[in-house]
Amino acid sequence: MSGTIVMGASGSWARAMLKISPYTFSAIGIAVAIGISVLGAAWGIYITGSSLIGAAIKAPRITSKNLISVIFCEAVAIYGVIVAIILQTKLESVPSSQIYAPESLRAGYAIFASGIIVGFANLVCGLCVGIIGSSCALSDAQNSSLFVKILVIEIFGSALGLFGVIVGIIMSAQATWPTTV
Amino acid sequence: MYGFEAMTFNIHGGYLEAIVRGHRSGLLTAADYNNLCQCETLDDIKMHLSATEYGPYLQNEPSPLHTTTIVEKCTLKLVDEYKHMLCQATEPLSTFLEYITYGHMIDNVVLIVTGTLHERDVQELLEKCHPLGMFDSIATLAVAQNMRELYRLVLVDTPLAPYFSECITSEDLDDMNIEIMRNTLYKAYLEDFYRFCQKLGGATAEIMSDLLAFEADRRAVNITINSIGTELTRDDRRKLYSTFGLLYPYGHEELAVCEDIDQVRGVMEKYPPYQPIFSKLSYGESQMLDKAFYEEEVKRLCLSFEQQFHYGVFFAYMRLKEQEIRNLMWISECVAQNQKSRVHDSVVFIF
Repeated sequence: MSGTIVMGASGSWARAMLKISPYTFSAIGIAVAIGISVLGAAWGIYITGSSLIGAAIKAPRITSKNLISVIFCEAVAIYGVIVAIILQTKLESVPSSQIYAPESLRAGYAIFASGIIVGFANLVCGLCVGIIGSSCALSDAQNSSLFVKILVIEIFGSALGLFGVIVGIIMSAQATWPTTV
Repeated sequence: MYGFEAMTFNIHGGYLEAIVRGHRSGLLTAADYNNLCQCETLDDIKMHLSATEYGPYLQNEPSPLHTTTIVEKCTLKLVDEYKHMLCQATEPLSTFLEYITYGHMIDNVVLIVTGTLHERDVQELLEKCHPLGMFDSIATLAVAQNMRELYRLVLVDTPLAPYFSECITSEDLDDMNIEIMRNTLYKAYLEDFYRFCQKLGGATAEIMSDLLAFEADRRAVNITINSIGTELTRDDRRKLYSTFGLLYPYGHEELAVCEDIDQVRGVMEKYPPYQPIFSKLSYGESQMLDKAFYEEEVKRLCLSFEQQFHYGVFFAYMRLKEQEIRNLMWISECVAQNQKSRVHDSVVFIF
């Protein structure tokens, strides 16, 4: 069958891996992209939010400025949504004889990898921004000149999510499925 | 996992940590203390304090003020803040907060037992107890004649019960035994608190170990100095020292055989963290030792606020607030007795 070129690997586990449909890999990649990004965003928001609420009792002035930290965390979830939408537009049907062709597998793996890149980059970015946001709220409550300085750290932190999105989109750009029989 | 507390601490402790840091920003600063030290009467003190966080607590007091009223109202503020935090806390923070008050419970128990020994009225003694250390059956302490009854009637239902196993004897209570009982209970409490913090792990364990070790060492030095010249034998003295801290075990061996303050100084100067404390005192003087220890304690407590996501800030805040109340009491007493030149003898600035 057409798989003889593909199955250079011997052993049943390797064959089992190669027989997993590229559609499966793509779908899991898309799920991870949005699911784990939202996990990171939510984690960051609760870390910042709990400190912000407590600190705002003694220093109510900090609430409006420190919502920026929450917005940075939310941005991470939006990156996940955008990439998931882009990835699902890359998912096309291939004729059934071509499902295990190398081109198909490459496309499947590319979408999977893109999803993992974006998901986990956004997870750690959300965590990072959340923890810094919590410290930012507490410091701002004590001394308002510290806010802008700590915000710079947060901006560097949120750039990490952006790196993940850029690399993810570049990966998924080469996810071309075979069209001819 | 040490280093990764930031990821999960805020689930249960984030709100309360932010609250306690907000309370810390309300502690009196050096400028406030300077204003207070320049007051002529207690009414001036009340006026200055009403501009600080103590305002709502003092404003309704009628005008011949006593120093005890000022101290009582300030302590009431601490108690209100503590109770608010305790009812918002979940495990293990709630257990941690309760541990902080066991020292006051021990002091209250000793106060009532001593007072009963000297035939004071129970109601009068109850009013002098520290509010953080109250528990339900505390008034029954006046009935007990010896330690076994004390334990059986009252203390077995309190959190202090496990600390009594080392000091139950059938001897009647007298002044010497009560002091030994106080120190034995406090030793058991510190060790229990230390073990609890070690079990919590992470940044809490590290910071609290340092603070509790300092407390244990300070108590060792105070026990040594106070028992010089009394009938306390060396073995008894050694039994009162805690089993952790910088001085354990070699420093304790040396302290147990000290017979005067210069020998104590000789022992302590071998330990680099305590050397600056003892070098501030000139030879033969021990009055300034308390103030030097308080200053060192305040420095360490303030440092614990530098790190986020641990429980040490709660302990540190309670201790700093108690120090502030001690400062206010000293300033009010100096002003009330017209001894303003001695005000700076015992005030420890926090910021």
